[in-house]
Amino acid sequence: MKTKSLISLVAALVLLVVSESFAQSFLDGGRVSGNFQLDAQIYQADSAIGAYEVDEKMRMNTFANLLYSNKNFNAGMRFESYLNPILGYDPRYKGSGVPYWFGSWKNDQFEITVGNFYEQYGSGMVLRSYEERNLGYDNAFKGAKVRFSPAAGVTLKGMIGTQRFFWEQGPGLVRGLDGEFALNELFDKEGNCKTRVTIGGSFTSKYQETEEIASGPDEMLILPVNVAAWAARFNISRSRFTIDGEYVNKMNDPSAINNFIYKNGESLLLQTTYSTKGLGIIVSAKRTDNMSFKSKRTETSSSLDVNYLPALTRQHAYSLSAMYPYATQPNGEMAIQGQVNYKIKRGSKMGGKYGTDVAVNYSRIKSIKMDPVDGETTIGKMGTLGYKSPFFTFGEQLYFQDMNIEIQRKFSNSFKALFSYIYLDYNVEILEGYQEPMVNANIIIADMTYRFDNKQALKMEYQQLFTKQDEGDWLQFLFEYTIAPKWYFTVADQYNYGNPDKDRQFHYPTVSAGYTNGSNRLMVTYGKQREGIICVGGVCRNVPASNGLSLTLTSSF
Amino acid sequence: MKKVILFAFVIFLFTGVTAQEAEKNLKKLPAVNVKTLEGKTFNTSELSNNGKPMIISFWALWCKPCINELTTIAEVYDEWIEETGVKLVAVSIDDSRSTSKVGPTVNGKGWEYDFLLDANGDFKRAMNVNMIPHTFLVSGNGEIVWQHTSFSEGSELELINLVRKLNAEEAIDSH
Repeated sequence: MKTKSLISLVAALVLLVVSESFAQSFLDGGRVSGNFQLDAQIYQADSAIGAYEVDEKMRMNTFANLLYSNKNFNAGMRFESYLNPILGYDPRYKGSGVPYWFGSWKNDQFEITVGNFYEQYGSGMVLRSYEERNLGYDNAFKGAKVRFSPAAGVTLKGMIGTQRFFWEQGPGLVRGLDGEFALNELFDKEGNCKTRVTIGGSFTSKYQETEEIASGPDEMLILPVNVAAWAARFNISRSRFTIDGEYVNKMNDPSAINNFIYKNGESLLLQTTYSTKGLGIIVSAKRTDNMSFKSKRTETSSSLDVNYLPALTRQHAYSLSAMYPYATQPNGEMAIQGQVNYKIKRGSKMGGKYGTDVAVNYSRIKSIKMDPVDGETTIGKMGTLGYKSPFFTFGEQLYFQDMNIEIQRKFSNSFKALFSYIYLDYNVEILEGYQEPMVNANIIIADMTYRFDNKQALKMEYQQLFTKQDEGDWLQFLFEYTIAPKWYFTVADQYNYGNPDKDRQFHYPTVSAGYTNGSNRLMVTYGKQREGIICVGGVCRNVPASNGLSLTLTSSF
Repeated sequence: MKKVILFAFVIFLFTGVTAQEAEKNLKKLPAVNVKTLEGKTFNTSELSNNGKPMIISFWALWCKPCINELTTIAEVYDEWIEETGVKLVAVSIDDSRSTSKVGPTVNGKGWEYDFLLDANGDFKRAMNVNMIPHTFLVSGNGEIVWQHTSFSEGSELELINLVRKLNAEEAIDSH
């Protein structure tokens, strides 16, 4: 016993001495930074709007990131706690822990990261892991990644890992390789060529053990355990023009999302832009066919995505314009989008003293055309090749359409305004899965700000949505008074005055106040939240109706 | 044994903290790869403004207050440059859904900042940005001296006052 404790003591001393000297050399010049956020909600039941009793009365989500960096070395971790998850977050988040930590080392040519990490190849259609904390989305990889730049203009990347599934890891193993070559940096070091060209390619593969899935009374599916996908991309720019594109192809990958068909998946994204000072134009097109790519075959929620399929629609920022948001349909869609931004010159008759910004945006998304594989097989039948689909043909069904115009103008030093009109077609059956008619909505928005002096301003928002479908017409008012740079106070009301059910014409009033000091911010909101989709940064989540007090505290250091 | 190791580890951390105390002025920009509007890879440790102060603002096309901040500063940006030599680097955290839109949109608005694209949030994470707009002020010698989240009308006046203070070598409160 004595010898054992003596050994312990010696070991501890050695460790201490080593760590001391290690600390001296290793920690010199190191820096710790971090951030945290706390969201708490106190709930009150309101049976009218469908806000149910929450037994705990209060729920809270918290996270804190800590980063340590020292020259070429970086390490970090995130603590997360959901006690219990705020309504709208997946209940499987319940609990606390450290689901994210990493260490990385780099020099001019190499970077090695072990632990949990985020990664994106190209536009993400073949591989992307990312986080959207405020929506509870996180598909981080756990494993290792490397980056190698053997020459200027060349970046090679590789990774291996499993994906985060709430507090666990998904069953699939994901491997990826990516290379990007900036041709001008490689072959035109003097920069004589005015055309810039970058090309890239990726390969990813997922492995998941086989499992027993029946396709008929006595038939079992023979499932591929390895599924490969590859992508090729380019980006060409010359003075005012750019054109970029990416094509992805995925081997047969029967999954719950595609009803276990053996068809290969593919997607093509093409975008071209023209811009000069005061004018910007973008035209893009995309085809997606059977491109859901998850590291677990039977997963149907938004978890465990290996790739990311960007939606070709505008992300609206006002609450009524964001009421019917579009999300990419991984099983198939044909999308086009165009946008023009124009600045009417300062001092011109039309533009006024300060100029006027005009933006017009249009997007339209339809189904892909599907033909039977042969005469006997129904389209999309489990265990078959599913369907045939001509690459450039649009399908019959309209999924979404959005035409919008936005005009922004500063009238004087103290007054500016934004006006917007939006027309939307929203296919409820495809996008939400209910047997409801297509929503056709007209939305108008006026957003005016008046500055009293250098610190105080009042912002007034008026929004109205007109539709004969779904819940009918909506009206929203918002007044926000700010004292720069620290305070804001908001009063708002959303009113469903056009609900066809007269008993459901509810008001959703809220009051909110916030205090900011540097990068510390406290926000308190009291009121009613309607049931709906909240979208941040391209990801959406359904939030249930709620009523009560919410508090958000965020800080970076 | 476990307890002793734990004790040693705590001391190790403590020495780490004291080492930290000794080196206060090390808030440098992290080295993360992002993209320029031309699609070129750019390392954020190379951000500099020839010894003059620099503003780094995280924004996105879907963020109303961010657009408001950049529009407001655009009105006075020429005057700011002339007076203080300051440079503003606007880092878009739009993902691949909108990265291609950033160039035409900012050109269409006639903004003359430096732009970077942080499509997968790597720079955002390294800078501990939770909510946008999140604005940093970097001194001429590359040190992050101040940061602020959110924008309200008039906040830009505080920002330029801080730049003036930096130029006059006055101390500024880090929040």
